[in-house]
Amino acid sequence: MSAKFTPEMKKTHTILVPDMLPVHFRLLISILSAYGYRCELLQTASRAVVDEGLKNVHNDTCYPALLVIGQFMEALKSGRYHPDRTALMITQTGGGCRASNYIHLLRKALEQQLPQVPVISLNVSGLEKDPTSGFQLTAPMLLKFLYGVLYGDLLMLVSNQCRPYELKQGETEKVLRRWQKKLEEAFKSGAYLHTKKLYRQILDDFAAIERTKRNKIRVGIVGEIYVKYSPLANNHLEEYLLSEGCEPVIPSLLEFVMYCAVSKRVDGKLYHFFDSKVLKNSIGYELIYKMQKAQIKAVQEHGVFEPPHDFELLRARADRYINQGVSMGEGWLITAEMAALAESGTENIICTQPFGCLPNHIVAKGMMRVIKDAYPNANIVAIDYDPGATRVNQENRVKLMLANARKPEDAE
Amino acid sequence: MSKIQNYALGIDVGSTTVKTVVLDENGEILSHRYQRHLSQVRETVAEQVKALQEQYPDAEFSVCMTGSAGLGLAQSAGIPFVQEVHAAFLAVKADYADADVVIELGGEDAKIIFLTGGVEQRMNGSCAGGTGAFIDQMATLLGITADELDALSLKAEKRYPIASRCGVFAKSDIQPLLNQGARREDIAASIFQAVVDQTVSGLAQGRQIEGTVLFLGGPLSFLQGLREAFVRTLKLDGEHAIFPENAPVFVAYGCAMFAKQSEEAQPLTVLLEKLSNARTGGNTVTGEPLFASRREYEEFVERHKAHDLSFADLQTAKGDAYLGIDAGSTTTKIVLITEKGELLYQYYAANRGQPLDRIVKHLTSIYTRKSPELQIRGAAVTGYGEDFIRAGLGIDYGIVETVAHFKAASYFCPDVDFIMDIGGQDIKCFKIRNHSIDSIMLNEACSSGCGSFIQSFAQALGYDIGEFSQLGLFAEHPVDLGSRCTVFMNSSVKQAQKDGATVEDISAGLSSSIIKNAVYKVIRAKSMDELGKNIVVQGGTFLNDAVLRSFEMELGRPVIRPSISGLMGAFGAALYAKEHCPKQTTLITPEKLAEFTYRTTNAKCGGCTAHCALNIVHFPDGGKFISGNRCERGAGKASGRQTPSMYDEKYQTILGCPKTPDGDTPIGTVGLPLALSFYEQMPFWTTLFTKLGFAVEMSNESDRDVYYRGQHTIPSDTVCYPAKLAHGHIEDLLDKGVDFIFWPCMSYNFNEGETDNHYNCPVVAYYPELLKANNPRLTEENFRLPYMDLNRPKSVSAALKVCLKGYTLRVPLSEAISAAYDAQKQYYADMAAKAQDMIAQARKDGKKIIVLAGRPYHIDKEINHGIHKLIASLGMAVVSEDSVAALGHLTEPLGVLNQWTYHARLYRAAQYVTTQTDMQLVQLVSFGCGIDAVTTDEVRTILERSGKLYTQLKIDEINNLGAAKIRLRSLVAAMEEGGAS
Repeated sequence: MSAKFTPEMKKTHTILVPDMLPVHFRLLISILSAYGYRCELLQTASRAVVDEGLKNVHNDTCYPALLVIGQFMEALKSGRYHPDRTALMITQTGGGCRASNYIHLLRKALEQQLPQVPVISLNVSGLEKDPTSGFQLTAPMLLKFLYGVLYGDLLMLVSNQCRPYELKQGETEKVLRRWQKKLEEAFKSGAYLHTKKLYRQILDDFAAIERTKRNKIRVGIVGEIYVKYSPLANNHLEEYLLSEGCEPVIPSLLEFVMYCAVSKRVDGKLYHFFDSKVLKNSIGYELIYKMQKAQIKAVQEHGVFEPPHDFELLRARADRYINQGVSMGEGWLITAEMAALAESGTENIICTQPFGCLPNHIVAKGMMRVIKDAYPNANIVAIDYDPGATRVNQENRVKLMLANARKPEDAE
Repeated sequence: MSKIQNYALGIDVGSTTVKTVVLDENGEILSHRYQRHLSQVRETVAEQVKALQEQYPDAEFSVCMTGSAGLGLAQSAGIPFVQEVHAAFLAVKADYADADVVIELGGEDAKIIFLTGGVEQRMNGSCAGGTGAFIDQMATLLGITADELDALSLKAEKRYPIASRCGVFAKSDIQPLLNQGARREDIAASIFQAVVDQTVSGLAQGRQIEGTVLFLGGPLSFLQGLREAFVRTLKLDGEHAIFPENAPVFVAYGCAMFAKQSEEAQPLTVLLEKLSNARTGGNTVTGEPLFASRREYEEFVERHKAHDLSFADLQTAKGDAYLGIDAGSTTTKIVLITEKGELLYQYYAANRGQPLDRIVKHLTSIYTRKSPELQIRGAAVTGYGEDFIRAGLGIDYGIVETVAHFKAASYFCPDVDFIMDIGGQDIKCFKIRNHSIDSIMLNEACSSGCGSFIQSFAQALGYDIGEFSQLGLFAEHPVDLGSRCTVFMNSSVKQAQKDGATVEDISAGLSSSIIKNAVYKVIRAKSMDELGKNIVVQGGTFLNDAVLRSFEMELGRPVIRPSISGLMGAFGAALYAKEHCPKQTTLITPEKLAEFTYRTTNAKCGGCTAHCALNIVHFPDGGKFISGNRCERGAGKASGRQTPSMYDEKYQTILGCPKTPDGDTPIGTVGLPLALSFYEQMPFWTTLFTKLGFAVEMSNESDRDVYYRGQHTIPSDTVCYPAKLAHGHIEDLLDKGVDFIFWPCMSYNFNEGETDNHYNCPVVAYYPELLKANNPRLTEENFRLPYMDLNRPKSVSAALKVCLKGYTLRVPLSEAISAAYDAQKQYYADMAAKAQDMIAQARKDGKKIIVLAGRPYHIDKEINHGIHKLIASLGMAVVSEDSVAALGHLTEPLGVLNQWTYHARLYRAAQYVTTQTDMQLVQLVSFGCGIDAVTTDEVRTILERSGKLYTQLKIDEINNLGAAKIRLRSLVAAMEEGGAS
């Protein structure tokens, strides 16, 4: 049996957290540290990460598992962290997709080599609940996380809309970093609750960055959540798009959170049951939706930036093509995001997934035809990621998509 | 002095060739060139540019580059770049405005452009063969050039199904055909057909290829047979199939047009300057050199000399001798040894698709040269071609390869506890415990990037294999190419070349990736210590010092490589013949050998409904060797009583489900596809619908044709084969004219208890959604896919109420539903009882029992390819995982989340097997089943914890049981050895 994270370890252990979204995860870590957990974000991206992954998990397992576990194992073996004083934290969603098994694959990898290293499951579905564990996810903590996601999304949204257009190179990054710090402080002081004020200040600060008016090709990135966001997994897709003179449009993390929150309610309706889980999730969903609407309203009223997609609109878009009962992996959300992007003028879309991703056969590659039928100008390319796929191969396919994007006059 | 001409130059740098086109001021083609670059990308481009400079000294050029290998070069040299599909698009628009579809096959890319009805441009994904490199690889396999392959294909009489997703798959289809004596003409045509199928399914992805089709790229302009295959398959007439004269340079032409439109003209000297200043090197990871110095290498060579065999002279030796033959996948090995194990004769060479001819030649040579006082007392054969060779030449014994290799390895190292054999096609590893084979690890069809890969690569780069591997020994910066399959490695190599890696570095990198493949993919070792103390490596690939050295470096210590490394299978066979020496050998006599000939014919088996395509080789003594059959019947052997199998039992039960309603004329006809979950829930749905008054129409049984019928609606070419087949079943039901097709979406399957959850896998759960979105013939009316949870009858009845609105049901819905539940329950009970009968009968007959553990849809004969029959033919009874799962109860917690109903049965069936001494489990895995990446390790753990063997068979559309047979026979051999110890 693998090691448990005991209350004592809170003082002695450093908790390693895999990096998926640099902006968001840094905020989440500062929240955890306010609760006394010493956390560190893993940002290693060397070849050793992939090699450790290949050694430690079945090679047909999806790429995110391979990378996350590889990153952990590399860190533990590097000498940078003492295995007796290090714990690992990994998220678990608990759906019908393979991703629910990451934590088990991680424990398997640790079992023989580093059995003393405890693994903490971060989930909201009540998996691995243990009142004697040293890590307890409380309601207030959860709420703070939610704010973390909201602020992270806003920062990501506005910086993505500034970076391609900034006149002074590096300006956006500077403002972003400043706000990252400010928000970390706000989570300590409690000022984070003043969303209205903070939203306004963030929007003002980014709006003040000098930008060119030239239009650039907007390219949406959708797909499996880890590959979509993590530069390690998608070979720095965002950077590449920027270097090609495009504006990357990346849907917010909150959409995924809401997708998870609403799924119990959808299931209850679909399969005719109602229980406390449905109730709790419904209440949760309504709350989060309110918060999302407030953020959208703030962006709209400010008038400079394009707001994120309203989640109810996404649900309505999904209904045109696929049932919301499709809830494994990123499920119907990917289809909905593609439709919403195409509808809101981001017709060029890259759909990213690990090679052999099961849900994406259906919700991504399987739905491209109907999306293209509905939006004839939609220009979608599916890119698979895995340890063997080379960057040159992937970039060539992105290039093809961009060639199509640049020549709308030929594509009548 | 004449006025300066303004020309345009398009440079297309592909994965294997460089193409240039020069346009004059009017956009007419002035000249073009096509040249293989043998990975000397920059040099070849510069060479062509220099030639142009001499040809047109007074011209200035607008220049643009394109092509998969051109991207990197263009970037580092600062030359404008246009994506190659787009370049092709421009040229097509200008010259062939009425084309509807463009198909372009290049060295390693395949592309398709749809021009009418919404422009769409597509390239093959990262997992896709079916390109020029694939054809080259296949030609190499046959030992001929691509042109010769083409010439052969034109004389074909039949075509075999060959997978073309990647070269490795195809090889495992072709090799057995070769070894079984199939006509090379037919194989050549089959290879081209495979390329066509790959293009239609992998590239078109749900769009029909219709109208006027333009064919581009090297292979399509040089290979007549390939062109004919496309035209025939797409049913095009002469008018609608256009093969432009300049097809090989067409993309370069488009690129030149792009340059003309958008670039400034410059003298070529500027271009040459840019090329020579291009920065090379970059993000390729490099490793340690294999040897620090020549002295280190010499020490290494000296060390391995210790494992030489002693020799005896064939012409003077007297006494008894034993013959061993290893008819491997790509090579044939022959040894003749004395009573003392001395080597009298050895032969190792590629069989070039004609193993029997080679062996006859060498056996003749042995007979003529040997001294009259030397008697061959016995002979044994092993390897892919075992049955064929044995039948033809009267060899005494046929043994499975694993046994042969173990015999040979023990000869060199009696305490051997780990053997790793890397041959041309297979990686075989096995652990030895208590002097018997303990666990066998074979490479799966998708990872066999073995010896033949290096060879194909060497040839592609213009080297012979010996020379090529020698180059790697002293490479300074071996490139890290990862441990993936060959197609991926091709692109890794491409990238390394782009970054300026030398041939030496690539050679060393390939050697090391073969080792990584073996260690991390096949053995799946976490640490090298797991392998054991005494390791013997063998197989032709280990003759390559660079590969051997890479293994020792990865391991961190020396291993034993016998000098006859490549002959170990044959040597082991000879040792076996010596040990089991027959009273009188049946080996063909010199007289008969002198007049030995054989001929091949084709036939269709009439033994059962499977109608296997048979290949019959006739020998001069009237003997026959039949291949292509899946069971004993086809082999022409007495049928006798067939060993029963739960796979047949279940299949027949599902097919026999009720289809007509009681009483009156039906109130409607519902179509149920014979696919995925229906292979288990058919009793439920047929009962429900017939009770309600519907007539049920099932789709036809799966076969290759069903797959082809739905191929054009498959959007994701990496989904599992069972899912792909569903597309054909839908077409079939649509053609049958049912009122509507019914296929519910179900996140959850039945809750069978003792699990964490009871999901369906995402594909089984939601595949109807994909079908609806990709088959334009499906509508809201004729395709109904309600969501329901079978564990909640309420949800079933609510969903059906909506779904069947408008029909006057014959009985109340609730009554039919409850009958459906009963029928399903009865089915489970019947199958469990039947399995117990079979187990009891097998025990009475003294037979061993195999639990063939897959998923319900693995009973489809197009999916399992008759593996259960193969097991039965080896004398074992077959039961299925679901029929025994309920008897197993997990005693220890699983290391994974146990949350899929079908997969949970695997664990419980495995647990049950551990409690039964006469049972073993064989796991069937469909290629592309991501969930099995989780289950396979866990099932293995459960079995091995209790000393059971773990055998996995990976299946796809490949219709060949050669590899499965080796695995199963190894299992039988291991079971026998286990019983003896």
